[in-house]
Amino acid sequence: MSEYDPQDMLQELQQQMGEKLVIYQDRFFTFLHTNPGDLLALSRILRDKYGFNHLADLTAVDYIDSHGSFEIVYHLYSIPANRKIVIKTRVPANKPEIDSVFPVWPTADWQEREVYDLMGITFKNHPNLVRILMPDDYVGHPLRKDFTMRGRENVTN
Amino acid sequence: MAVNNHDEEILAKNNIIVTTFEKLWNWGRSRSFWPLSYGCNCCPIEMMASGAARFDIARYGYEVFRAASRQADVLVVAGPITAKMKPAVERVWAQMAEPKWVVAMGNCAVSGGPFVDGYSVLPGADTIFHVDVYIPGCPVRPEAPFQGLLELKKKVEKQ
Amino acid sequence: MLQTDQYNINIGPIHPSTHGGLHVEAVMDGETIVDAIVHVGYVHRAVEKIAESRTYTQFIPYASRLDYLASHLPTMGYVQTVEKMLDIHVPERAEYIRIIMGEFSRIASHILFVGSLAIDLGATTGFTYCMRDREKILDLFEMTSGQRMIASYMRFGGFAEDLPEEFIPAARNFLKNIPQMFDEYNHLLSGNEILQARLKNIGVLSAEDAINYGITGPNLRASGVDYDLRKAEPYGIYDRFAFDVPLGEKGDNYDRFMVRLQEIEQSGRIITQALDQLPEGEIRAKIPRIVKPEKGLEVYHRIESAKGELGYYIVSDGGEKPYRLHVRAPSFINLMVLPLISRGGKLQDIIANIATLDPVLGEADR
Repeated sequence: MSEYDPQDMLQELQQQMGEKLVIYQDRFFTFLHTNPGDLLALSRILRDKYGFNHLADLTAVDYIDSHGSFEIVYHLYSIPANRKIVIKTRVPANKPEIDSVFPVWPTADWQEREVYDLMGITFKNHPNLVRILMPDDYVGHPLRKDFTMRGRENVTN
Repeated sequence: MAVNNHDEEILAKNNIIVTTFEKLWNWGRSRSFWPLSYGCNCCPIEMMASGAARFDIARYGYEVFRAASRQADVLVVAGPITAKMKPAVERVWAQMAEPKWVVAMGNCAVSGGPFVDGYSVLPGADTIFHVDVYIPGCPVRPEAPFQGLLELKKKVEKQ
Repeated sequence: MLQTDQYNINIGPIHPSTHGGLHVEAVMDGETIVDAIVHVGYVHRAVEKIAESRTYTQFIPYASRLDYLASHLPTMGYVQTVEKMLDIHVPERAEYIRIIMGEFSRIASHILFVGSLAIDLGATTGFTYCMRDREKILDLFEMTSGQRMIASYMRFGGFAEDLPEEFIPAARNFLKNIPQMFDEYNHLLSGNEILQARLKNIGVLSAEDAINYGITGPNLRASGVDYDLRKAEPYGIYDRFAFDVPLGEKGDNYDRFMVRLQEIEQSGRIITQALDQLPEGEIRAKIPRIVKPEKGLEVYHRIESAKGELGYYIVSDGGEKPYRLHVRAPSFINLMVLPLISRGGKLQDIIANIATLDPVLGEADR
């Protein structure tokens, strides 16, 4: 698994997934941009075939003003091969839902709960999708850009 | 029959102290506060440091940090009160027996601190309690709770 | 067979042993734990949202307040992330001082870990000894920046001010006393029969579970996985120092305790080497007056914090304030395995498990 050359890996992935996968790089990372529907399949390939066993970070960014969607970012690392890669996918603002990657990386449990709590994105087939940082009866998703902080009047009881 | 000062001095020379019940009561209470060990954040670490060997809050008689709210009489609010924590603190406060006092320790408890414009930190402990003493600082130095508790002592003595 | 009911016991959020505002709902069947439901969020201070209305420089004190027990480490992670975005080259002297302050923070955090583990298990004296030793490190921090615990001493490109003259002799003095410190801790704690009975073979976390659940830091290494970011993905100048990475075998509470004790020693080694090699020179690089990374640039930078992998994900929109700032908090993710390692144990083991996972709730809830 760890003998894979990174360029070979990218070529194979592109061949396997075809147009469903867009690969680009900047000076820090290689990004795999895919559709929400293909996320789970890509995750399984990356973990099982290429050894990316450490989901370091799962988060979301609100780009509703720029392109009307949330971008969900997965930073992956391979502990045995000491490699890194990033998966990105976008969900539309009017229907923010995506498959949970908990079956592939169980660490997604709380990380997805946090994204649900603060951004309002629903993760399908998550074992326990409830709020984690805000009170259970809280209304609203505070990290969204349209949630403006109004200072002292913000904290409702 | 009231005792005037001259008589008090004569009695004192003979090892007899004349006082009121309230004064005795307040003298005892003010010199042995039992703080409730509450705090979640940076300020309680400095509160722990004030209870440890170098600063030693035991010199003043306040080292008995009790975890059970029934046994404590001072609620030292060290750190911010968040939206989720608010019901828990209110409940603990309700469980404490009279007489009880509140000391707001740290900028977050005094006014919300650096997080006041966020969506989850209350702008100060005085939104839910009547605070007796405010100790500013971010985080407070361990000497600051000493001064705060001594101010509280002065306040309680006068009650 | 007696028919028994299950009942829930609430531990926290206001509790002397929960390391902050942690609420664990223990589902008990008699004395045995069937499940432990962890509730966090009691210390959620909305730091990520606040970051969107602060400039990059104004966020430095907030970064220090994330892991307040080892506060130079999260500050270092943040300033390095922004330096990556701006492509700033930090002067040599500043890099060495960062290593020194970072490793002292790690030692301070691990000493407090030992102290709070001791007091959680009932050995109050251990706590007093550890606080006494931690005070010496806080004196060093106060010497440099005026603040004991949360010293926002680092800046983009280096430091606000150089080290004072009395720092290096005081630092060397502390390092000389580390063996004596260990003697005391080993006599008092590690060799203690009661502590061993309460920690050995309890809270076992297998290597596979640890990796699957994203556990990092000493908790991961205690389960036998050799993964330390200072070696795997060196940042700053960590590749110039010789040090070992202590590993555990079984992944039980005792291993997590011993790994951190040994890490104190290794951090002492790193600091000694850094003090020996410390060059003269500039303390801060020239940076733009207003920090504005280019539009669309995003970076994820991670460091080996005292608790594990601390990562910062910053997205810039070309303005002075970040568009999105996300903190990958190790304590948040480490707490996820608390139910896994507590099931089947007894109630008092939950306290030992929390103590050895070493969470900092300020970081977990951000």
